[in-house]
This record gives sequence, structure tokens and C-alpha cells, in this order.
Amino acid sequence: MRGFFHRGGKFQPLPTDDERAEHVIPEDLWVKCGHCGELVYSKELRDTQRVCPKCAYHMRLRARERIAALSDAGSFTEWDTELRPQDPLAFVDGGGPYDRKVAQTQAKSGEPEALVSGHATIDGRPVTLVVCDFDFLGASMGSVFGEKLVRAVERSAGSRQPLLTISASGGARMHEGLFSLMQMAKTVASLARLGRERVPHLALLTDPCYGGVTASYAMVADVVMAEPGALIGFAGPRVIEQITKQKLPEGFQTAEFLLSHGMIDLIVERPALRQTLVRLFDHYARAGIGTWAARATPVHVPELTSLTPAVYPVAELLTPAVAGGERD
Amino acid sequence: MTSSTARPAGTAASASPSFATTATAWERVKLARHPERPHTLDYLDDLVTEFIELHGDRVFGDDRALIGGLGTFRGRTVLVLGHQKGANTRENIARNFGMARPEGYRKADRLLRHAEKFAIPVVSFIDTPGAEPGIGSEERGQATAIAEALLTMAGLAVPIVAVVIGEGGSGGALAIGLADRILMLENAIYAVASPEACAAILWKDAAKAPEAAATMRITAAELREFGFIDELIPEPVPAHLRRRETIAAVGDAIERHLDALAPLAATPEALIAQRYAKFRQIGAWRAGSPRASGLPPEAG
Repeated sequence: MRGFFHRGGKFQPLPTDDERAEHVIPEDLWVKCGHCGELVYSKELRDTQRVCPKCAYHMRLRARERIAALSDAGSFTEWDTELRPQDPLAFVDGGGPYDRKVAQTQAKSGEPEALVSGHATIDGRPVTLVVCDFDFLGASMGSVFGEKLVRAVERSAGSRQPLLTISASGGARMHEGLFSLMQMAKTVASLARLGRERVPHLALLTDPCYGGVTASYAMVADVVMAEPGALIGFAGPRVIEQITKQKLPEGFQTAEFLLSHGMIDLIVERPALRQTLVRLFDHYARAGIGTWAARATPVHVPELTSLTPAVYPVAELLTPAVAGGERD
Repeated sequence: MTSSTARPAGTAASASPSFATTATAWERVKLARHPERPHTLDYLDDLVTEFIELHGDRVFGDDRALIGGLGTFRGRTVLVLGHQKGANTRENIARNFGMARPEGYRKADRLLRHAEKFAIPVVSFIDTPGAEPGIGSEERGQATAIAEALLTMAGLAVPIVAVVIGEGGSGGALAIGLADRILMLENAIYAVASPEACAAILWKDAAKAPEAAATMRITAAELREFGFIDELIPEPVPAHLRRRETIAAVGDAIERHLDALAPLAATPEALIAQRYAKFRQIGAWRAGSPRASGLPPEAG
């Protein structure tokens, strides 16, 4: 935390809650926006859900910050908290064994894995919530990530409550090799079943979202949303630049770029997310799909016979034209 | 599994009978990428008659790095999908080195649905360094194209047999690999990322690729041990030196698995359920003590 203000770069992660709690020193009262560089009073940032009040830059949120900001107070029940990563490949890289890296990351992030899942309500609407924590190895998708997600999807299918996935990830976790790659197949397969049950899956893509996560569960949602300015893609910009030797276009892989290319449904600013979700939830609930376990009042469906003459007076519309034709 | 790390390094790629058991992971990477190794069209030439290639994604273009079509394989009509690499530079430029673009995956998706419509089993040949990383591919939704191909395969009502014949490169390989049976040639590789990319990111040095290849467990023998592969097709002599024999062995394996899956074709729901179960159980984790469920203290 001490070095935080001295670090360069555009997208520096913000101090975690733990770090904030540990260092009660004056500079913690202020946070420098990673985009406009302005100093923002940190209490004010909490009120804006970490959207910079000066430039509207959406700073990254930890999984639990997001859940707290989005769900009704006290409504979140977490699932599968006992699942821990294993090291099936006995993977050792330049920085040492995977096992050790996991232990360090767990200690630093305070999370057992990169995905937090559970049940909550949003303005009273029940929802299955699945949220990535980018501070845990870049929220890369390994076995535990995949398993927690699939269990959540299966519970959604069982309860017929909609699924909301909030993703930020570097992609598949290399340290677990093909176990990680196959989580793409596994998560998508579970969503194929959820789709057959006609339970809605809404996805929010946040900064950054790449690789095996974008190329699997995140992009097959019924509605794909993104936060303003979020970088989203398959291959990372540096890889593309190195391989193609081309200069990347302005705004490449931003949420706005994806929207203009027809790749996502909408961009939602953080303060508007709750309302957007509620609106969508209510549309599906009213659509007669039966998303909610119990519907308070039956849906009124007008009978076709009474509807047709009122909306489409076919005979009346056709008669004058035909008659006119005959006159000439 | 751990024995693979102790293999002697520096064994030359030769046709000696002991090679199959002594090759290092990195040597197999080189074999899997060998330009003379049989590619999808070579398999089609030997194994499939009356082939009609079907082109295009009906949206943007036709990807020559991922081909597909209908053909007769040992008496039955199959839909063939496969990445296509070139045997030389000129062919490789035309085939984009076997790196498919979104159009390729959308074509695959379209042809998979076509196969389902007419109850035709699917055979896919996996042989790609990965999906193309490029500006155009991103603009046209590379990630979405792969994800949607996966979604289609997960719910497809016809049997799917996939064979890794060379390089199984990451999501671009998996995109045609969500299959009922996954077969793999002994000197093929299948990986979450290329050893070079993995080395560049985790070792900060692409030259460490041979080390990365070993620790990533990407060889057929290792993946068979983990249970990812349903059948390892032996390659006692590297495929580029015994093309016809290798292709015939792959053909025999495909036939065996198509035969085994044939009864399930009559009950698509059971087939799809079995495919789900196959992928559902993939994962390695351990149970720790449950984390105290909680949100940040100032939340609410």
C-alpha cells in the first residue's frame, strides 16, 4: 500500500479492504484515480461504488465489494466455500511451485479461490450470483472456478432462479493445464442445460475479461452486458500487437468497441446496474417462462379472437384500396 | 505421471523403435508441428470417399483454416470438421497456419447443426496452434464464435468423435473438441496454451518453452493417465514417416468409437446426458475448511 501512489501505469489495482484496514494513515483517505490521476476522497469512492467522481472511470472491485454493492443487505449466502485448488500437474514454473503460489495468493487476497458464488436477492428478486475476484491470480479459471460455477448453474436450474455472472479474468489458468481448458467445455455444457430449462443467464463483463472466460461461459449468456471502458477480448492486446505487428485501433477491445461491433447487448454504468437487472428479471418473470418458483398473480394472455379485429382491422383496411382500384 | 519429468533429454527424433517411449515433451511438440505430418485433408483422402466440402459461415466469409463437409467413412455418412495446416509456406499462408478465425468457428457451428438436422455423426480432426489472435478476429467476435461452437456441441443430438492428430492448441482446438470421445495420436499434444506462451508469461522467457512443455503435461500418455483421452492411438514411428499406417490406425480407432456410440444415437437425450457427465466430472480440487461467508465490514 505504501508504494501505491508511486506505481505507474494506467490500470493499477486498488488497495484491498484488508490493506485499507491495516494502514490507517492519512494518505489512505485519498485514492488516486488510475485514469484521470485526480485524488479522490476514499469515503466518497465507497459511495460511488468506486466510480471516479471526476472522470467516471470504473475502478476495479473485489468480488465481495461487488456483491455487497449489488445485493440486498444481509441477503447473500455463499456456497461451496470449502473448495480449494489442487496441483494435479505438480506444476513448477520460473517463480516456483504452483502450490506455493496458491498459498501466497490466498494469504494476500483473503480468498480461497478466484470465484465467489452464492444466492442473494436484488431488490427482493432472488438470484444466483457468481463473481470473479481478479486479485486471485487474475481470476484465472481452473478446476475450482469451473466446479463452483457449474454447481451454481445447476442450483439455478433446480431453483429456476436467474443466474448472474460477473466476470473479470485473464482466461484459463495455465498452472492446471488441460484441467483448466476443459472447464470451458464444462461450464458451457452446464449452461446448455440451463438454457434448455429456460432459466435466464445474464452476464456482466468487467475490466479485464479475456481468453478462456470470454470464449466460454461469459459470452453465451442470454444478455451480455459490460461496464464502460472495460477491456474485453479473446487474445490480449500485447499478443495481437506482437504477432500482427500492427498498431491497434483506438479504443480496441473496449466495451464501447464491442458494442459498436455488435458483440454485446449493452453497456451499463455501475450505479445503474441494479435497476437494469431488476428490469430484465421482471421482463423474464412476466414473459411466462416461469423463471420464478412461484408467481404471485397469473399472467393475463388476451385471447387471439378478441385481439385480432382490434389491432389488425384487415378487412376494413383492404376494402377501400380495392374499391379505389376498381373505380379507376 | 511424474515419471515423464525424468525422461532423458536430447533424444534425437529418429525412427528407432524405442523412440515412442523415450521422447521428451518438447520433442513431441516438434513432432506434432512437423510440416510433413498428415493433416486433415490427408486423412480425408485416405479415409473418406464422396467428400463434399461445405463452405462459409453465411455471415462474413469462408475460413480455409477450418474445413468441413459431408463424406462417406467406412460405409456411413459423417460430417467431418478439421483444422487445416499447410505442408509448406505457400499452403500455410492460404490456410493461415491452421489458425481459425471467427468465420471458421461459425462455419463449424453451422455444420454441426446441419449434422444434427440429418442425424449424421460428427468426426473432428484437431490440429491447430490456436485460434487466430488478430484485429479482425477480435472485431468479428473470436471469443463468442468459440463459445457458441462449444454450446452447440454440448447439446448436439448426434455422436461426436474428436481426434487430436497434431497440435491441440488451447480454446481454438477445444472449439471442435467437446466430443463424446476424444482420441489422440501418441505424438500429438493438447495444451491450455502453447509452451512458448506459457514460458513467456510464467518464466518471463519464451526460450524456456521446453521446460514449460514438460511441466504442462501435454503429451498423449500423460493426458491419458489423467483421463482426458479416451484412446491413445500408438505411433510407434512418427506419423510423418509412416503416413498411411498412422492414418489407417486413426481410421480404425474412429470406427471403433462410432460403432460404440451408434446405439446411443437413437436416444439423443441419453447421448447428451452422457456427454455432460463426461465433462462435468473434470476437475481436481480438495476440500478445505469452509470459509467464513462474509462481505467487507463497511459493506451494506
